Amino acid sequence: MKCLPKNDKEESSLGLKISPRLLELLARLQEIELEDFEMNVGDLEIWIQPSAVATPIALPKFAPLVKVKPTEIIGKEFVPPVETYPSKVVEVKLGATKSEGGTRGKSVVIGGETTPAFYTFERPIPHSPVIALDVFDMEVPLPKAVKMHVKDVLGDPAAWAKLAVEKFGADLVTIHLISVDPLLKDASPKEAAKTVEEVAQAVDVPLVIGGCGDPVKDAAVFAEVARTFAGERFLISSITRDMDVERCAKFVKKNGHVALSFTPMDLNLARELNRRLYDFLPKEDIVMDLTTAALGYGLDYAFTNMERARLAALMGDPELAHPMSSGTTNAWAAREAWLKMGPEWEPRELRGPLWEVTTALTLLLAGVDLFMMMHPAAVKTLKDIVNQLLSGSSGDADKLVEWVSMKI
Amino acid sequence: MSEREVKGKVGIRELSPIDVYKLLPRTNCKECGEENCMAFATKVVNREVAIEKCPPLLTKEYEKAYRQLKEMLKPAVKEVVVGVGDHARKIGGKLVMYRHEFTYFNPTAIAIDVTDEMSDEEVLDRIKRAEGFSFEYIGQTLKLDMVAARSTSDDPEKFKTSVRNVAENTNLPLILCSLKPNVLEAGLMAVPKFRPLLYAATKDNWKDMAELALMYNCPLAVFAPNNLKLLKSLANTLLEYGVEDLVLDPGTFPSEGLVDTLNNFTMIRRAACKRGDGLLGFPLIGVPMVAWMERGEAPEEIVKWEEAYLAAMLIVRFADIVIFHSVDGWSLLPNVILRQNIYTDPRKPVAVEPGLRVFGTPDENSPVMFTTNFALTYYTVASDIESGKINAYLIVVDSEGIAVDSAVAGRKLTAEKVADAIKASGIENKVKHRKLIIPGKATRLSGEIEELSGWQVLVGPRDSSGIPKFLQEKWQKPA
Repeated sequence: MKCLPKNDKEESSLGLKISPRLLELLARLQEIELEDFEMNVGDLEIWIQPSAVATPIALPKFAPLVKVKPTEIIGKEFVPPVETYPSKVVEVKLGATKSEGGTRGKSVVIGGETTPAFYTFERPIPHSPVIALDVFDMEVPLPKAVKMHVKDVLGDPAAWAKLAVEKFGADLVTIHLISVDPLLKDASPKEAAKTVEEVAQAVDVPLVIGGCGDPVKDAAVFAEVARTFAGERFLISSITRDMDVERCAKFVKKNGHVALSFTPMDLNLARELNRRLYDFLPKEDIVMDLTTAALGYGLDYAFTNMERARLAALMGDPELAHPMSSGTTNAWAAREAWLKMGPEWEPRELRGPLWEVTTALTLLLAGVDLFMMMHPAAVKTLKDIVNQLLSGSSGDADKLVEWVSMKI
Repeated sequence: MSEREVKGKVGIRELSPIDVYKLLPRTNCKECGEENCMAFATKVVNREVAIEKCPPLLTKEYEKAYRQLKEMLKPAVKEVVVGVGDHARKIGGKLVMYRHEFTYFNPTAIAIDVTDEMSDEEVLDRIKRAEGFSFEYIGQTLKLDMVAARSTSDDPEKFKTSVRNVAENTNLPLILCSLKPNVLEAGLMAVPKFRPLLYAATKDNWKDMAELALMYNCPLAVFAPNNLKLLKSLANTLLEYGVEDLVLDPGTFPSEGLVDTLNNFTMIRRAACKRGDGLLGFPLIGVPMVAWMERGEAPEEIVKWEEAYLAAMLIVRFADIVIFHSVDGWSLLPNVILRQNIYTDPRKPVAVEPGLRVFGTPDENSPVMFTTNFALTYYTVASDIESGKINAYLIVVDSEGIAVDSAVAGRKLTAEKVADAIKASGIENKVKHRKLIIPGKATRLSGEIEELSGWQVLVGPRDSSGIPKFLQEKWQKPA
């Protein structure tokens, strides 16, 4: 709109005495619309040219059609757009206490959702998402921001697990048995089971058993660990398509554990692997990992895959109706999480864990139930946020208004 | 009612090219640059071209059809323009609730705040940082978008001076923030033609704010913290009043009430996209800087951290604008990248330019590898080569943006393409040897590649993280 004449501006600054003029303009707008022209307020300057003024005869006729500016708020009902879904996510219990046939101090249940992630206006979240902290069975290269928090326990998985639970608040511990990698130490399944034993002694939270990524060796190691710790309901991380799925599913079932079904960002592959597992395992013994890509390195794929999987599960797709696990530690695969960049991006000690938090929160809002994480600050932040969301506590709306003129 | 059922009613996905085609002139005149009207209709439905690109449609003869098309293609969330001319920024314009249903348009605008009680120096410094923020990512330059000028003094003259100062020093679109109409108007008088977003109309000031929005032709934010009935009533009232471009703020609660914030943003977007509720079909504004309200004795970094994660949640949950106080690179960077990721078109594979890439300082004996032009694959491989501090050549083969295994299976990555890429790269003049390391997942192309290119094939690891180790063990400097 053209700049208003000076006197008008001054007038309006003294108390918004502009209504009559605008009403007049709007009245004309109304007539013009009746003549089947489209325009908006921005075009007014064109249309108030003399030629556009309607005939005096028309004026009284159309005057009643002029929109009357409301003087009071015109109330409208708001009905929360709640939906019902034909299906729900299965509940999976991780870990087993003594009375449940294991040795853990507590077990946790994940899944069971009946609405998309944190749509608590529809229905409450049945179980809090949980966090498993990573523990490695040998020294591995770690980002500096992470290493500074665990440097005293590197190479000592039992001490590391204790630190993770007691100091960093881990709900579960993932023991990554990477030393079994034939390309690294090629440790035997028995040695791996011994490491698990040390960790299981040190902490009483449920455990996640991580492999090295070699499909043949992992199957052998998982078989040994599953047998040795029968009844513990450890999460075996993970069963992949290139493993002997039948064999793995059978020893998971026989020894009372839970399978983590892992597929590379493709819902059809996830369905297919889950179907193969169903031949041997009940649905309640399967968690799925659809692959987590780092913020900036495909997080969009991971987010959308998980969001779609969860919506599909609620809409009745049984092959995707499993709790979801995320290897959120993958956030550190982004170089922006650990790289020394220019001074304008420092300190990386904050940038790195924030990278992990951002990756985690994005996936929390897609429906992840179990986060496998690394940085203590990221873990604490995610826990605090989840607790805040689950508390359902309301904010002070009157006070919030003050942000507009808040002095910082 | 289920998500699936409602989608048919108002979902944009169900719009077929035929629906659009029927209303086009159907003369196949090619004036739009397409082969025929059907091809044009397909692009229109895919939002790759605006209907205004069809010149005959804009004539008097097709006026009715044009309007019908406009209505048919109207997004569930209105597109609102903030600012004018080259510096205008569009927000909203969302067609769908979930990005996999189509794609998201108009990435969340990120604004940095300044106040009328900051020193000129501080204001200029903050503007400089907002304008100067720049990060190169997958061939794009990621930037910040707006400046939010707040009045903390509640003094009209002060605000006017401050806004004038801001406008003189930046071209970024502005958000003017004050709940006092006389203060806001004073600020507006410093930029009467700039079409800033006015923040905000509330239950107490809406009439005066509406007058300002109409008088200066500005979009108007509506603020009703945690009260969607009021928010909707205000939107309704303002529309009746004649204000057409609204932006909704249901309130961003930093801690207590955060769950309400998520629920409110979600309910508004669902009402707009799945229930066709026009009164809530407007862009959403989130204010992560509310984290500063609860600062107490906390060190600055803690508040910046909170602000950053609040912004991330808001970007994921439908915010079309977010206002930051922090101007720190470490807290903004994850958010600009998250925004880029969420607003990437899921219908299109993300690809990089095919061709030769050089890592470190390779010589004539350095290894030569290839990968596909799927962006994620490429950047993963590149990152693995870089972190291994390897001097090497990498040939990026055009696989139409598909990852190695799928591309091999789908014949998008063939021995012919690899052989052609070797030739086109000029690598044969750069190295003495003729040994090509191929991705482990392309093993079955080995024989054919050797045959067509004349190069010897070494099968590399299945995952690029194994490259450093592979080279250490398998790469001998050719004699």
